[in-house]
Amino acid sequence: MTAVDLSHFVTVNDEKTGHLDLAVEGIDCAACIGDIEGGLARVPGVLAARVNYTLRRVAVDWREGMLEPAALISALARLGYQARPFSLQAAESASTAELKHLLRALAIAGFAAMNIMLLSVSIWAGNVTDITPETRDFFHWLSALIALPAAAFAGQPFFASAFKALRTRRTNMDVPISIGVTLALGVSLYETATHAEHAYFDSAVMLLFFLLAGRTLDYAMRRKTRTAAGNLAAFKAESAEKLLPDGTGITVPAAALVRGDTILVRPGDRIAADGVVLTGTSGVDESLVTGETLPREVAPGAVVYAGTLNRGGALTLSVSAVSGGTLVDEVQTLLDKASEARSRRVILADRAARLYAPVVHLTAALSATGWLIAGAGLHQAVIIATTVLIITCPCALALAVPAVQVVAAGALFRRGIFLNAGDAIERLAQVDTVVFDKTGTLTLPEPRVANAASFPAKLVEDAARLALSSRHPLAVALTGELRGERRPFEGVTEEPGRGIRATVDGDECRLGSPEWCGVAAPADPSEAGSVIAFRHGEHTAVFLIRQALRPDAVAVVRRLQERGLDCRIVSGDRPEAVAPIAEALGIAVWTGGVRPAGKIAALEALAAEGRRVAMVGDGLNDAPALAAAHVSLSPIGAVDLAQAEADLVFLGDRLAPVCEAIDIARRARRLMTGNLLFSVFYNLCAVPLAILGVVTPLIAALAMSGSSLVVTLNALRARPPKLAHERPSPVPLKAMPA
Amino acid sequence: MNVLVFLVPLALSLGLAALFGFLWSLRSGQYEDMEGASLRVLDDSDIEPDRRDGKLR
Repeated sequence: MTAVDLSHFVTVNDEKTGHLDLAVEGIDCAACIGDIEGGLARVPGVLAARVNYTLRRVAVDWREGMLEPAALISALARLGYQARPFSLQAAESASTAELKHLLRALAIAGFAAMNIMLLSVSIWAGNVTDITPETRDFFHWLSALIALPAAAFAGQPFFASAFKALRTRRTNMDVPISIGVTLALGVSLYETATHAEHAYFDSAVMLLFFLLAGRTLDYAMRRKTRTAAGNLAAFKAESAEKLLPDGTGITVPAAALVRGDTILVRPGDRIAADGVVLTGTSGVDESLVTGETLPREVAPGAVVYAGTLNRGGALTLSVSAVSGGTLVDEVQTLLDKASEARSRRVILADRAARLYAPVVHLTAALSATGWLIAGAGLHQAVIIATTVLIITCPCALALAVPAVQVVAAGALFRRGIFLNAGDAIERLAQVDTVVFDKTGTLTLPEPRVANAASFPAKLVEDAARLALSSRHPLAVALTGELRGERRPFEGVTEEPGRGIRATVDGDECRLGSPEWCGVAAPADPSEAGSVIAFRHGEHTAVFLIRQALRPDAVAVVRRLQERGLDCRIVSGDRPEAVAPIAEALGIAVWTGGVRPAGKIAALEALAAEGRRVAMVGDGLNDAPALAAAHVSLSPIGAVDLAQAEADLVFLGDRLAPVCEAIDIARRARRLMTGNLLFSVFYNLCAVPLAILGVVTPLIAALAMSGSSLVVTLNALRARPPKLAHERPSPVPLKAMPA
Repeated sequence: MNVLVFLVPLALSLGLAALFGFLWSLRSGQYEDMEGASLRVLDDSDIEPDRRDGKLR
């Protein structure tokens, strides 16, 4: 066992206290909080440990120099919790800061709206009874005193976004919002100064409050997704064994490796960084990267990629940014092109805003000129234009889409599906074709034993228990068959390159190559690399280790086809490996041996036919295709690059999330369209009233809050009915294979 | 209407107190772990064992 260096994750304050954030698996009860905090406090040198139950994280502070950070992780392991060090990602800390800012703005807008409404109701009641003009003026000035600073602070998110859009000569929803609010405040101030009967301070501030509420919900949902994704990243993060110049090894996180470092990759380890082989020869399994399931032979001078699996002997690598005509380069170039095309896509809300803003501004201007022509004074014309802007201010419209998105994203989250892009829901709803990658998507990322059922259960169990003592990938796959407790046999010895043995129940057990166990190798030579043999006394077994289909793949593909979706396979693996999978799933159209550029070409051909394609894939070779597709999904076993490009990421061994996500998205899109239609209907009713000049502040307040409420309640219907097997609040990390 | 001179500032200052209370709680991180807060209240390890069942001696 080598030493573990966690200094990459530790922050030191004033050279006195060290701080480390850990993502912890297994926090699921009230007692866990006390267990962990108490257990860590007993570690000498620890100053404070604080569990964040919501985020499943622990923050630890200690007196610098008093302890090795790795001791904290082993202390948690002794308590029964798995922990991984964790460094905050830029996207996550940015969304946390943004959410705090929005909450502050929301609180101030809420305070202002409540207090101004208190004054406004008094004025409305007084106007029909016996309020004196002096009292009314006093209340109006008070309202102005509250509204102006509140709007200046709480309106910032809208003003900033509107300004940014206008500078690039575009318009978005925030432009009419900003103009409406500013104009309403200005006119109200003028009305107050001239002792008029009506002022619209309450409408302007209430508008901001409703809009901020929608936006805050949206951000809270996104932050929840980001933190869960951050924890998963911490658990997935690879570590590497770095060789120091004196030849000793030290375990460092892959993120801390720099160009020129030398790392040792043992048999069965995943390669943590791109690099060039210095010594050793081996077979490298690149199935997660290229989809190809046969290992590639490498020798000194060969280039290997991060994320691939070392199946043969030990290798030493020189870490380098691999460049020049490699797969990674090809992928990166294609990715840049595909992302560029994606940014030109227009989402529903923006499309509505593009139509909406000019129409609203034109209506306001026309009604002002109309009244001027009809002989009204400038003052009255401006007031009417303002009421038109207030009444049409896209309260309902701006809530219509995000409210549904938040509810739908919540429903997806509970099913272990994470949303990377907010507009992915509407794109997913339009899909009519689903293109699957094979390796790691239709099949499980880890190989499984294909023929366990043909041997006695006791023999399989013993073989799996013996396999616990080996790190060879085939043995690791065999441990998946273990049903009893995960306790290795005692006295296991290893014969390098051949297998392991131990004495069980008086007889010798051997696990390894068929020759070593004295059994016949399989007749088919292509299966030679994926066979592990076991002998216990006279009993023998030859296990076939293969890529296994996800347990529900057949059912999910059938369900998708029943929904009228055209399912296809485009794989980077050999055609002869794809054919049996396609046949088992009942997919008629499939291609194999496709390069990344070929995948994009296949998607473009489908798009040219007028299809909207959802790409489901996980490998590095899928990343450009994921970015180029109309919408993309990726299972969590995926290589980091693929995840970053996918719109939705799902957890666990099942493929069902693909189907569930499409169902939820279709339902959500129906509700979004319904909400937008309602907003249009509301405006059609309210605008004529405003143009006629009969909208008092009271009517404006009722209309605005009423329409926002209807839209929000309608959005709640995006929650699909609860499924029988659905737990109330599953912990996302639990679903991840250890 | 002289009563307004007292009541309006009183109402506003109550509202402001609540607003500052919220902003303070936000800044001091009380909204960081909403689920944890609901469970920490059940932790009774800080109470002496013989008083845990709620009986007073």
